[in-house]
Amino acid sequence: MSELSLFTLPDVGEGLTEAEIVSWKVRLGDTVAVNDVIVEIETAKSIVELPSPYAGMVAQLMVAEGDTVEVGTPIIAIGSDAPAAPAAPTAAPAGPDPEAQDMKPLVGSGPKADAVKRRPRAGSGTAVVAHAVPAAAPPAAGPAPAAASAPAQVPASNITGGGTAAKASRVLAKPPVRKAAKDLGIDLADVSPTGPRGEVTKKDLLSHQDQRTAGRDGTGAFWAPAAGSGLAGDPRVERIKVKGVRKATAKAMVESAFSAPHVSIFVDVDASRTMEFVKRLKASRDFEGIKVSPLLILAKAVIWAAARNPSVNATWTGDEIIVKHFMNLGIAAATPRGLMVPNIKDAQDLSLKELAIALNELATTARAGKTQPADMAGGSLTVTNIGALGIDTGTPIINPGEVAIVAFGTIKQKPWVVDGEVVPRWVTTLGGSFDHRVVDGDLSARFMADVAAIMEEPALLLD
Amino acid sequence: MHMTECIPVEAYIDTNEPAQRVLAELLRPGKRGDGMGSAQQSATGTRPSGDGTERTGEAQTGRYAGASTGVLQANGVGEEDMVQLLDAGGTRHADGTFSPYIDALDAETLRGFYADMATVRRFDAEATALQRQGELALWVPVVGQEAAQIGSGRAMRPADYAFPTYREHGVALTRGLDLADLLALFRGVSNGGWDPREKNFHLYTLVLAAQTLHAVGYAMGIQRDLVADPATEPAAVVAYFGDGASSEGDVHESMVFAASYNAPVVFFCQNNNWAISVPFEVQSKIPLVNRAGGYGFPGIRVDGNDVLAVYAVTQWALEHARDGRGPVLIEASTYRVGAHTTADDPTKYRLNAEEESWKAKDPLARLETYLRAADLADDAFFDQVKNDDDELAAHVRQATLALGGADIRQKFATVYAEAHPLVAEELAWFENYEASFADADTQASTTQGGAA
Repeated sequence: MSELSLFTLPDVGEGLTEAEIVSWKVRLGDTVAVNDVIVEIETAKSIVELPSPYAGMVAQLMVAEGDTVEVGTPIIAIGSDAPAAPAAPTAAPAGPDPEAQDMKPLVGSGPKADAVKRRPRAGSGTAVVAHAVPAAAPPAAGPAPAAASAPAQVPASNITGGGTAAKASRVLAKPPVRKAAKDLGIDLADVSPTGPRGEVTKKDLLSHQDQRTAGRDGTGAFWAPAAGSGLAGDPRVERIKVKGVRKATAKAMVESAFSAPHVSIFVDVDASRTMEFVKRLKASRDFEGIKVSPLLILAKAVIWAAARNPSVNATWTGDEIIVKHFMNLGIAAATPRGLMVPNIKDAQDLSLKELAIALNELATTARAGKTQPADMAGGSLTVTNIGALGIDTGTPIINPGEVAIVAFGTIKQKPWVVDGEVVPRWVTTLGGSFDHRVVDGDLSARFMADVAAIMEEPALLLD
Repeated sequence: MHMTECIPVEAYIDTNEPAQRVLAELLRPGKRGDGMGSAQQSATGTRPSGDGTERTGEAQTGRYAGASTGVLQANGVGEEDMVQLLDAGGTRHADGTFSPYIDALDAETLRGFYADMATVRRFDAEATALQRQGELALWVPVVGQEAAQIGSGRAMRPADYAFPTYREHGVALTRGLDLADLLALFRGVSNGGWDPREKNFHLYTLVLAAQTLHAVGYAMGIQRDLVADPATEPAAVVAYFGDGASSEGDVHESMVFAASYNAPVVFFCQNNNWAISVPFEVQSKIPLVNRAGGYGFPGIRVDGNDVLAVYAVTQWALEHARDGRGPVLIEASTYRVGAHTTADDPTKYRLNAEEESWKAKDPLARLETYLRAADLADDAFFDQVKNDDDELAAHVRQATLALGGADIRQKFATVYAEAHPLVAEELAWFENYEASFADADTQASTTQGGAA
């Protein structure tokens, strides 16, 4: 594969750092001329068609459709040789963020902590793909130097407005409205516009959202009138492309569920003392202005129990079990972008108050959709608070890279037998899933019993 | 005649006031179209109309102040009014003042208009492609505005001087620049790219409207040259600007000075209807040409997609200016068919139907229709134009790639005319800093140029 020319993703708008490959307009082995449209990309600003800077045969499509890559990433190789094996597009996305490998926990597309990429310093030895610029390259073998041949064709991006114009329904809206629609998961094309020149206003969007919410509550707008057969091609079937966080979540869950043999166990707990403790903390001057919930006690209980049963705070690598002498406590959170599991770093070092503050910050950040990839990397054990939605218990799936997860069920008053008498108590169910490769039944039971013990008697934390 | 002149006023009521609307209905005169309303009508807010039609433009709000002496009455040129010599279908129309300028042209010149417009469109496509390939940091498309630029540029003489915005690629062509020179700026390797004195075509000005002040100053300089040496060839200046810049204070100031000094300057506004995402009706409630009346010089609104009309009115205006009769404002009504720049996406703020309606008024298509119908050009001519333009595009591509990367040291070298110890110190610091980066990357940056 000699004499290939690599086309790197350019910054097509002032100061963009990345773009999504929407669709390839060429296939492996196609012959392209200079300025033939090869790919459609979507940037933060617009959908744009990129014309080929080289003439020759498409040897490699280096990025798959749907992937978001950084400016400067090689996306296509064009040369005169026979096409390479079509392996590349399915391989890992070329180039982007090495952090992506670390943030396996249920995440896909968190905003980058720092979008600005610095140039490598001298001596760092980063291999840079040297890419011959046509004008500088002698017109030898390989791709025809672009300048030498009159470009056969120019993308009709100007007078026709390009491929984007071809899309029938064009929606007008200002950027904040577009952002809000994206956050709400609303397709602007569905909103009736009332603004000047037919643009969708923020008000239009909000009233659409109100209607949507009303419709969803009554489910009136959900069911489609009987029309099709229910088979393929039925217009009543909605197809939602799997991407972003959904895709990452799915991948992580499959990876976990089908590689780690899960064992789930449950325990009912009388959490009345926890409720009392929470109540007293809320009233205490020391915790003034800090949100306190039973989750705080559970988090503390998990940290305490893990120290007594260290193997639950570990990673299975196949030939090693890595036991962690620190607790990066993950908290599963439903965010505007989907499920994410940010974690509290070194939670073992935090006082109860510090842990309460950390939990609040984590939740606020997640709700605002501002969770950073680094917040989600390096978790060691996870808590999922399904009780917040009124659910009693469930069998959670372990976050990849960890071996235990605790599900915290709802706490409600239930009949409970105390000293032979039935009395109303605040009862909850704790569920735990464990990777049996690391955690045997005995250990998982001890761990859960320890967590339950704290929930029953938080004073044990003083031990 | 399309120049600003006093015509009967159109008065109007504030329709937001129901009581007034009722009164207006009650007092509506039976006969209309005979000029000014009576004092009673004006006092009650009736709206007589100069042409007997109801005014529906919502842009016109406010209350009718009456016809008393001292109340401004003129509203000059309407939205539909413009000088047009070649309509969108390619049919010629006669005009007493402006047709003679076209009648004086030979077939070669008319074909040249077409060739120039086609050249700049092809050039524009190539530059857009180069930007999409990472070879230019930015590009500013001109598609749709070819007639306004070629027509006005062709009307200028070599001694005249043009002050462009950053979109005057067509004017640059008519001034005789190598179009490839325009791209150094957009590649980020130069602040200019050409010597403005060679072709009397100033450097592109990125600061909106700033060049209108420079243009007036240059025109005032021409006046002084003439006083100092009466043998100086009379010349005029064309100040290019757009509808967006028209809202800048600089345009106002430049027009005040131009009028005060009777400077030989033609203000050429390409009203392409969009200031990035702001539609024209937000910039002005009435056609911009009417502003000329406020400064006391002539204004002409022209079909900016009709190269013949643009050429004729610009000739008229330049003669007016060169003859010492002062400035003229031309508003060329045209349309930016593409994006504001390659970093813009117009599909987010305007509808397809609007774009399509303007594409139907394409400046090249109508001239081609006319040239073919009048037997002034044949297939061979159009084929030749296409071949020439493809050659030019290849030349532009090659020249752009050969530009290489920016050398920031040049910036240090041009801070002061002579060596300066502080600048030397800062350069040394910078070179040391640059040298701390990986070699491979430095190499890449020099070959890739300012495209990142």
